[in-house]
Amino acid sequence: MNSKLENIKKIKVEKPLKLDCGKTINNFPLAYETYGKLNKDKDNAILVFHALTGDQFVSGTNPITNKEGWWITAVGPGKAIDTNKYFVICANVIGGCMGSLGPKDINPETEQPYGLDFPVITIRDMVRAQESLLDHLGIKKLLCATGGSMGGMQLLQFCSTFPNRSFSAIPIACSSSHSAQNIALNELARQAIMADPVWDKGKYFLKDVQPKNGLAVARMVGHISYLSEKGMQEKFGRKLQEKADYEFSFNADFQVESYLRHQGYAFVERFDANSVLYITRAMDYFDLSKQFKGGLVEAFKGQKTKFLIISFSSDWLYTTKENKDIVIALNASGADVSYSEIVTDKGHDSFLLQVPDFLKTLKSFIDSMYEKFKNEKRI
Amino acid sequence: MKNLKMKKEFKVIADLLPNNTRVLDVGCGDGSLMDLLYKKKNIEVRGLELDQINVQQCIHKGLPVIQGNAETELHQFPNQSFDYVVLSQTLQAFYNPEKVLRELLRIGKSVIISIPNFGYWKVRTKLLFFGEMPVTKTLPNTWYNTPNLHMCTIKDLFSFCDEKKIKIKKVIGVNEDKTSLIKRSNLEIKNLFSKLGIFLIG
Repeated sequence: MNSKLENIKKIKVEKPLKLDCGKTINNFPLAYETYGKLNKDKDNAILVFHALTGDQFVSGTNPITNKEGWWITAVGPGKAIDTNKYFVICANVIGGCMGSLGPKDINPETEQPYGLDFPVITIRDMVRAQESLLDHLGIKKLLCATGGSMGGMQLLQFCSTFPNRSFSAIPIACSSSHSAQNIALNELARQAIMADPVWDKGKYFLKDVQPKNGLAVARMVGHISYLSEKGMQEKFGRKLQEKADYEFSFNADFQVESYLRHQGYAFVERFDANSVLYITRAMDYFDLSKQFKGGLVEAFKGQKTKFLIISFSSDWLYTTKENKDIVIALNASGADVSYSEIVTDKGHDSFLLQVPDFLKTLKSFIDSMYEKFKNEKRI
Repeated sequence: MKNLKMKKEFKVIADLLPNNTRVLDVGCGDGSLMDLLYKKKNIEVRGLELDQINVQQCIHKGLPVIQGNAETELHQFPNQSFDYVVLSQTLQAFYNPEKVLRELLRIGKSVIISIPNFGYWKVRTKLLFFGEMPVTKTLPNTWYNTPNLHMCTIKDLFSFCDEKKIKIKKVIGVNEDKTSLIKRSNLEIKNLFSKLGIFLIG
């Protein structure tokens, strides 16, 4: 796996980045992937921010896992975000484990992997690190930036920290500050990892092992929160897994159990446990309104970016209410904002799935923004 | 209801609005009026619309629209944040039209409301001679499936504004392709011959 990681696209960010925790990182790697071609006018670039367990491999085949890119439903040739037309960029967040600086990288001071010596990072740190990539690619102004879940949170931060760096923005199923419920769920995931004896205070890398059981449980928690009650009932109900009756044991009798175990243990193959700790922490610390005296309205003051906020009716992780609060703040700050609530039973996961109303809305908005962006430049 | 809306109505509303202003279209439908205002008068438009398909149409046209219910979600717009707020043929469908109207007047420096006129002569004769609830082009639904909860006449809305001390700046009556200025002096006759009343208030 590591040898494959050496072949992926990376830049070295030389400019020192002062993190919110006070520490500074420099000369760090930022891994990324692009799809489609940047046109001559450089006005067709779309930046995608990935979610907690995502990576830079949005579309096509992920070269590390050999699985489909995580947003293959929305991004690709002829898709809602059409790579025949647009140039799509996605970077792995710092703190992650797909080539950007993260806790499994070597700490130059100790010549050992960082583990828990890795600095605690924030959503703002992630976003600041990614700005360097735009400079590297020579993109002054993006046509659009988008992202769901933690990707949406990064996007809100991006718009606030770098106003008008993007002509339009589509934050999807996200929040401007992490709710108590979401912090609690993240804590559950972290505690599951830390309760695994293999974790060993984050030093498992010394023995070249992963706290698989803890990490799998952490992933299972996530998966429950990504579905809706109704969706789960319809998909699994009380169906049994390849058996006619209960086994009277603790094996995975129910399909839903089997599903969770599968998802949990598939995850440990591609993700680093310490990265989950660091990234969930960054999400919990996220509170955009806290960065401004005047609250969230102030965070968006003077925005020229055209926003489209999208929420899903059955999402209980990042609810319609939380998404609407962003709309209200954008309205109060006088920004150009659209909002749509997509009716679906597929829960928070909706943005990753075949939800036609969602994909149609996404496509309509991006295509109309491209026309406007070109017109604006002409004038 | 939106599809049957007379194009003339939009033209009248567009004529009432100065160029380069900021306008909120409440119940903006598929964005036809917003599109007209944006293209012809360089107006900075925003829409509020309940129906998901209509919202998609607006987004497709590149028009900013917020999906939501005007009855409960107007609070999200700050005081006096628009030069004009437009409400086309929807006032009568709210549970509490007065409350909605107060919200519109809070959000907009001026408000344009259009209403299907229940005082139109065909409506009156239907009730008078046939003893049935009127069904017309502008009021296409029957009594049991109409979204209209609070039908009123042009004269009613005049009296309402007077009673609530809301300033009436201009009223225009629409009958098919004809429009006419409605004043207190010609109110009785215009109330009889206008299918629609368009009020500029606030």
